[in-house]
Amino acid sequence: MTLLGKLTLQALPLQEPLALYSGFGVFAIVLAILAWVIIKGYGPYVWREWITSVDHKRIGVMYCILAFVMLLRGMADAIMMRAQQAMAYNAPGYLPPSHFDQVFSAHGTIMIFFVAMPFVIGLMNVIVPLQLGVRDVAFPTLNSVSFWLTAAGVLLVNLSLVVGEFDKTGWLPYPPLSELRYSPGVGVDYYCWSLQISGIGTLMTGINFVTTILKLRAPGMHYTRMPMFCWTALASNLLIVAAFPVLTATLAMLLLDRYVGFHFFTDTGGGNSMMFMNLIWAWGHPEVYILALPAFGIYSEVVSTFSNKPLFGYRSMIYATMAICIISFTVWLHHFFTMGAGADVNAIFGIASMIIAVPTGVKIFNWLFTMYGGHVRFTSPMLWSIGFIVTFAIGGMTGVLLAVPPADFQLHNSVFLVAHFHNVIIGAVIFGVFAGYVYWFPKAFGFTLDETLGKWAFWLWLIGFWVAWGPGYVVGLEGMTRRLQHYDVAEWRPWLIVAEWGVVIVLLGIAAQIAQIVVSVRTREQRRDVTGDPWDGRNLEWSTASPPPPFNFAVLPDVTDQEPYWDMKERAREMGHLTRPEPEYQPIHMPRNSATGFVTAFLAVVTGFALIWHIWWLVVLGLIGAYATFVVFAWRDHDEDLIPVEEVARLDRANRAARSAALQHRQLRREAETQREPRE
Amino acid sequence: MLLSQLAGCGRAQLQPAGPISAAEREILLDAVVIMLAIVVPTIVATIGVAWWYRGSNQRARRQPHFVYSGRIEIITWSIPALVIIFLGGIAWISSHDLDPAQPLPSKAAPVDVQVVSLDWKWLFIYPKLGIASVNRLVVPAGVPLHLKVTSASVWNVFWVPELGSMLYCMNGMAGTLYLEADHPGIYHGESAMISGDGFADMHFDTDALSQDQFDTWVASTRSAGPALDDPAYRELLQQSVPPHPYTYRSVRPGLFSDIVMQRLPPGYGPTGEVPNVHPVGLQ
Repeated sequence: MTLLGKLTLQALPLQEPLALYSGFGVFAIVLAILAWVIIKGYGPYVWREWITSVDHKRIGVMYCILAFVMLLRGMADAIMMRAQQAMAYNAPGYLPPSHFDQVFSAHGTIMIFFVAMPFVIGLMNVIVPLQLGVRDVAFPTLNSVSFWLTAAGVLLVNLSLVVGEFDKTGWLPYPPLSELRYSPGVGVDYYCWSLQISGIGTLMTGINFVTTILKLRAPGMHYTRMPMFCWTALASNLLIVAAFPVLTATLAMLLLDRYVGFHFFTDTGGGNSMMFMNLIWAWGHPEVYILALPAFGIYSEVVSTFSNKPLFGYRSMIYATMAICIISFTVWLHHFFTMGAGADVNAIFGIASMIIAVPTGVKIFNWLFTMYGGHVRFTSPMLWSIGFIVTFAIGGMTGVLLAVPPADFQLHNSVFLVAHFHNVIIGAVIFGVFAGYVYWFPKAFGFTLDETLGKWAFWLWLIGFWVAWGPGYVVGLEGMTRRLQHYDVAEWRPWLIVAEWGVVIVLLGIAAQIAQIVVSVRTREQRRDVTGDPWDGRNLEWSTASPPPPFNFAVLPDVTDQEPYWDMKERAREMGHLTRPEPEYQPIHMPRNSATGFVTAFLAVVTGFALIWHIWWLVVLGLIGAYATFVVFAWRDHDEDLIPVEEVARLDRANRAARSAALQHRQLRREAETQREPRE
Repeated sequence: MLLSQLAGCGRAQLQPAGPISAAEREILLDAVVIMLAIVVPTIVATIGVAWWYRGSNQRARRQPHFVYSGRIEIITWSIPALVIIFLGGIAWISSHDLDPAQPLPSKAAPVDVQVVSLDWKWLFIYPKLGIASVNRLVVPAGVPLHLKVTSASVWNVFWVPELGSMLYCMNGMAGTLYLEADHPGIYHGESAMISGDGFADMHFDTDALSQDQFDTWVASTRSAGPALDDPAYRELLQQSVPPHPYTYRSVRPGLFSDIVMQRLPPGYGPTGEVPNVHPVGLQ
């Protein structure tokens, strides 16, 4: 045993210039940003207002930034894969198998765990407490720990670019291939430890949000008055609480196999490799709905707001959401119909999987009827929503097709399957978080995003998606299996070349989104959201200023309706002034900033890295450090800061003034309109 | 080679060459048509409704308080439910009809083939004929194939799209799969499960021959080539990609069951070391 365990200079990719340069390129960019922050003197601000912040809005924004940065990494992987398959007809291409296998494994892992998950969780963080009309989540410091542990997982995954290697067995490392005998490198360990660390963060997010939604709601907000996004967030977090321990336990068993010679999954030692697949999908299928349900919630908000109508069939939507939540736990076996289970088992799980299409179909019809009779505004969030319905209808159809066991016997693990899940993950989850991102951006930052570039981004993504994955369905039906580093079937090639162009179009879509941010930040003064309600919204998040004050609401709102803020606006319009007189302001206690999350995550990275490289003394140090951090946090004397009453009053008066002005402005405009166009 | 690609590989699952793949195509197409009947109107209606109720349309009748209708709720729940009941019926019946382990009705006795996936090649053992083939599956057309599928190493999936159902190859387990080729031809076969660096090379031709040609092939195979004994099998356990398909004139009896029952060690993996797990059978 040496001081550095398995870690030697050979872990650096000195032989692979591509990995070396990209790795060090990323490293240099990170260093440059850090240097810029420090030189410009932003260090204390970043530390105080962001890194140690326990404010749910700040944490949510950091989740979304993390997701967007990792989207770029995942996209780079996607382009590399598509380029390889476009080139590698009867040829080795430019990526050797050992590298190609890491690329597709990293792409899947990153896109699911470090793009889709943080984006969804980030939007829930920013919006759920605002929609519930409360000041923060139930456990603010825990929330910060959750975020930083996710970031720790991200860091470990990216570290594998430069130090060692990543998993080569796919985004779900099935044994026996992932066992030590067939994967002796550190790739699977990087995978497992980054997901163990970020998985703990996700589980704590689940506990936090279930508690928040069940226990902290504004006075009068009954369950049947909660906005649909909160309902879907509740369902999603219930799934997290139920499913993520399964993932943690499964990976723990794989790690025990790899580190101490257990035989949970080694067929030769009395274990059973099939059990890994069984367990991982017992988590994996609910995971699909952990991502999709909040996206459905976003569409519900967006379609309702931009149709100027309440959500159609609200109760039906709740039933549909909770039905999906429960049924999603009863279908996991459809991921291995081709394993040779009997006809009864296959048929039962096939039918259970199809049943999910019923509540999902109901949701689509309810969005349709929300638009029916409405006043539809084609803003970019609305475009994402309509693009979603069209795309997802087809993705859902191919999903039901895969749920028919004999059809799956010919489609399983083919590119058709890969096209299907990209169809639903991009079409439902990614379109959804983009809709939510544009919709709620002014709430988080106080100015709207540029609509022209936003619409460009939408059309490029939509077209790019279909150009990339339409051919996927075709080659899947031509018998192409997934993850091929090279192939010799001539029919596949033209489609794979088209698919590569599709990825390029998607990349242009991402470029449009980056340009959108740059342009919008530069012109932010013209696009300030002074009213806090830029879209004529219907739920409580639009009743507070943009960006909201740290305490969200000076006085918790009284909820008397399923659409509390719309209800308030209606009454105010009738009364001609704000519904509530100025309240007696009180000073507000807010949870104090804490470096606990950041320090814990730093130590988690150290521990994870040490575990991957078998540096045992460092593992011990890291764990002791993490425990010490917890003890220091637990023994803190001050856990709250007081926001003085003058500050509360000042911020709330500004918000009230803006609302009054908006109300009067609206009334003047109405009067002008009625004079110009006399009623028939 | 080119001819075989043109003849064999276009639209594999949609150009079936056997009864199983033909039945599976039927189900696939039926299910798609049934679903299109609801998916297409939904897409058209979504775009139509969104466009008709656009803010600038003076002719649209606005109903800002239309948020519930019992009748519409019943319809929105029943349409998908009815479709799924119908499709569920299809799934139930077809799962039983097309259970991979179900023998095919035929006058001819099925040909037994034992399929072993190795790193990174396929071994096809013909137990009754006493021969074996690597990376080329030769079968008679018009006769059912009775395949026993296992892996001597990591997982793979045995798949010949034009013939039908795929099946996982797993160490310590033997899956049963019945397939049949209707007519002579060369059909592309592959592994549909990542199995390491040589995975992309784990494809093989399935040559369906006429009975006469098949008998000739069996006779010529028996008369030439190496024997598959324990040392030869030990070679196969090493990670490698054979440059060409080849055959064995004889096979040690009981080899397949020794692999399945784990009396032989599993694939050696990248280190090339013989696994230290009670290798009873290999002396």
